Amino acid sequence: MLEFAEFSRFWVYLSASPLVGLTLTLCAYLIAQHIFVRCKGAPLANPVAISIALIAAVLWLSGMSYQRYFAGAQFVHFLLGPATVALALPLVRQLPRLRRAWPSLSLALLAGCVTAIVSAVAVALWLGATPQLGYTLAPKSATSPIAMAVSEHLGGIPALTAALVIFTGIFGAIVSRTVFALLRIRAHAARGFALGLAAHGVGTARAFQISAESGAFAGMAMGLNGAMTALLVPWLAPLVMRWLA
Amino acid sequence: MLAAFAVLLLFQCLGEGVAFVLHLPIPGPVVGMLLLMVALVLLPKLQATVETAANTLLSNLSLLFVPAGVGIVVAVGSGSGHWLAILASVAVSTVLALAVTGLVLRGIDGKDHDAVTKDDDA
Repeated sequence: MLEFAEFSRFWVYLSASPLVGLTLTLCAYLIAQHIFVRCKGAPLANPVAISIALIAAVLWLSGMSYQRYFAGAQFVHFLLGPATVALALPLVRQLPRLRRAWPSLSLALLAGCVTAIVSAVAVALWLGATPQLGYTLAPKSATSPIAMAVSEHLGGIPALTAALVIFTGIFGAIVSRTVFALLRIRAHAARGFALGLAAHGVGTARAFQISAESGAFAGMAMGLNGAMTALLVPWLAPLVMRWLA
Repeated sequence: MLAAFAVLLLFQCLGEGVAFVLHLPIPGPVVGMLLLMVALVLLPKLQATVETAANTLLSNLSLLFVPAGVGIVVAVGSGSGHWLAILASVAVSTVLALAVTGLVLRGIDGKDHDAVTKDDDA
């Protein structure tokens, strides 16, 4: 029988390699996906949220640091790049519709982007947050590399921005069904575009669960809103702060 | 599958290169996505090559956010006591952004009429 001391030595050896982080990520996700299917795709059973909770619990119980976990999980994280490039495929398939709908899509992009930035900064400041937290929150609907760069440039806290971006994505994916149902937003293109704009990649993943059409519009909105956020936050966020002060 | 991955990585490299050289405020992979779109339009044959890897990646997109998401737990300490303001800001702003964007596009043409019954729960 394996003695406890021996097991703990084995664990020390094993957890030093990237194997554990990678295995943990895949297994947690498979369990989360199983729960998601069991709950008949209920938004609250969001696979990203469940996976994070499972992994966080394992890290906490085993005393493994996030850095050590990420040494293995980075291989999964890396695939975000090629996955973003891959969004070109569903987008190209929607090109004929894009050509027809670009005026309303541009209007939706501008309206949604301004709403996301202004409301994030305004609510935070009203509730007593510092301007630094305002700048940290302003780009929260953009995809994380853009959001972090914008936050850092304006004097926010980039690490906190990265966490809030993921939180925004999960929250958006969870509440979107209720919001769309209340406002009777049924068109798959509209739902996808709203999800990608407000909740970036996590919202796009949610949109692909609705349909390929929805996913294509989400991917497009994520890319466009990333660029729009980078352009608008630097002058819109200070404007809101001066207006509230 | 391997060829598809090679194409995706190649366009990611191209995107990073263009973003770096032109000092764009957009991340390399997003530029790579735009470049690949142009390539797919000019060379429709490329679609079949990229298809397998693209579909695998996009149907498991949620998984790819998990490693960064676990970082939330680590960052919880850095909110400096303003958590109510932070959470309210994210919640209100995300709902408003979803609502405004969705409402502007509510009348967009497409599968909305025939898909209402089947996919309304999505």
